[in-house]
Amino acid sequence: MRKSSFPYAASLTLLALAILISIAIGAVFIPPADVWKALTGLIAGNLPASLETSAFILWKIRLPRTALVLLTGAALGGSGAAYQGLFRNPLADPYLIGVASGAGLGAVLAMNVRWPYTFWGLMAVPAAAFIGALLTVFVVYMLARIGKTVPTTNLILAGVAFGSFATALISFLMLRSTGELRRAIAWLLGGSSQAGWGPVLTILPYLAIGLGILLLSGHALNLLQFGDDQAQQLGLPVTRTKTLILIAASLATAAAVSFSGIIGFVGLIVPHVMRLWFGADYRRLLPLSVLGGAGMLLVADVLARVVMAPQELPVGIITALAGAPFFLWVLRRAKAQGFW
Amino acid sequence: MLRIEKLSVSYGTRRVLHNVSLEVETGEVFVLIGPNGAGKSTLVRAASGVIPLLGGKIRTNGDDLAALPPMQRARYLAVVPQAVALPPAFTVWETVLMGRTPYLNFLGQASTKDDEIIRTALQKVDALDLSERRVGELSGGEQQRVLLARALAQSTPILLLDEPTSNLDLHYQVSLMETVRQLARRDNLAVLIALHDLNLAARYADRVALLVQGKIKAVGAPRQVLTPDLISTAYHLPVQVVPHPFAGVPLVLPDSPTELKVES
Repeated sequence: MRKSSFPYAASLTLLALAILISIAIGAVFIPPADVWKALTGLIAGNLPASLETSAFILWKIRLPRTALVLLTGAALGGSGAAYQGLFRNPLADPYLIGVASGAGLGAVLAMNVRWPYTFWGLMAVPAAAFIGALLTVFVVYMLARIGKTVPTTNLILAGVAFGSFATALISFLMLRSTGELRRAIAWLLGGSSQAGWGPVLTILPYLAIGLGILLLSGHALNLLQFGDDQAQQLGLPVTRTKTLILIAASLATAAAVSFSGIIGFVGLIVPHVMRLWFGADYRRLLPLSVLGGAGMLLVADVLARVVMAPQELPVGIITALAGAPFFLWVLRRAKAQGFW
Repeated sequence: MLRIEKLSVSYGTRRVLHNVSLEVETGEVFVLIGPNGAGKSTLVRAASGVIPLLGGKIRTNGDDLAALPPMQRARYLAVVPQAVALPPAFTVWETVLMGRTPYLNFLGQASTKDDEIIRTALQKVDALDLSERRVGELSGGEQQRVLLARALAQSTPILLLDEPTSNLDLHYQVSLMETVRQLARRDNLAVLIALHDLNLAARYADRVALLVQGKIKAVGAPRQVLTPDLISTAYHLPVQVVPHPFAGVPLVLPDSPTELKVES
């Protein structure tokens, strides 16, 4: 009934702010005014000589990195919201239910066969990550299921166990490999250190399809909150819809993981906060989680760059430091209420 | 009009419904009674298309509802489930909006016409003032009314209710049944209700069917079905049936516990 656009306006403003900070801050600080001049100069072709270095840094490093982090965060936020809705479980998150690790395992396996560092070589990584993510969802869901329900604890336990298994395999593969080790480590630390537009362009199609489907699934996810029977009685083709959403969320997760490594808790925190602030309607929650995820990961990435500058922290450390306590709080709250 | 023809359902190898046939007329309140495990809820679920049929048809004016995709079936037939474990965070309005699913696009955008239908549905169950409240904050009786409004928003000629009164106190039981009967009469709905409470059934049903172990034992007006013989046999319990002091409908009273002991 309420058709307020305030949540979108607020999220977009915060996101724009995060983008600006992410572009300006790094080993070299570039003032926003210079950012503007350098970019317009680049486009118009009349770049002042004094800004050539800044323009180079912006175009080759800052912008692609910002874009990759933004897309990764959007994917994690959106797929987190979708998994929570699909499993009717507030603690479902691509990381906690093991999907991120499964996707990571797929990605590392693909890197291990030494694809050339070309466009198609890069494409193989998210494809393998996608297969890893889908297999993981399937295995974890089957392990956690009791009859028709998927209890929270089971889902998390199965997800964490499977995730640890996949992570162990990842470590094993990385230690075994030699030539590709550098690339694999760079990936694990957050692929944003792989400079250039290649990764951004590579994950874009995966993300467009995955997030595109998710953004259209808000009403279906609303219906699914009442359980499969009621959703179907209200007119939803339940099995087909759930499969489609699952594939879309896994596609988005795989895209995020394949160049940014395994980043936890963004998909948990963002949909939760959005739900607390703006309500449970998935038609609103999904786009807001996409925007919020992008904003949150950008901020975390800036922190990762500045906390121990000039050394960079893996962004996953930042999200885990914020996310793990949040996770425990949600767990207690869910327990206390008997529902979420 | 709802016509269930030779419906058979099994869970695994266990046969739950055997060739059940019944017909609910337009404007009629048809109540399904029977002991626990007789298959009442299964019948409602099967008729609503959420479990596969072993055999039989679910018809309305010739259309076989079981053969339709969910979206089209939901334009003919709406279900009011028990108000348990509802997602607490949706508002009442958002919840009733979901009843419009068969008419909305996949984005779930409501037109002003949809809004009008939702408002009318909420008015019919006297819950319009709850619109902006969250479902989790409501009492059981209020939640049940919201689910009824959701089913009404589906604008279907057939309404199925599965034990709608089992979590309600006396006041809400009566007021819900009153509302449902009024709706059946005024909007010409064919209403099928699975009920535990024999006396509510006697009071509000136009016709009653007694279901025992997946088979229909008797169909007819309450005074034809709620007889000491039929009820005692079905429930394995000696009962007395007396006329209701005001309404005149049959009133079922279980016999003394000593009799029960003898029986078992």
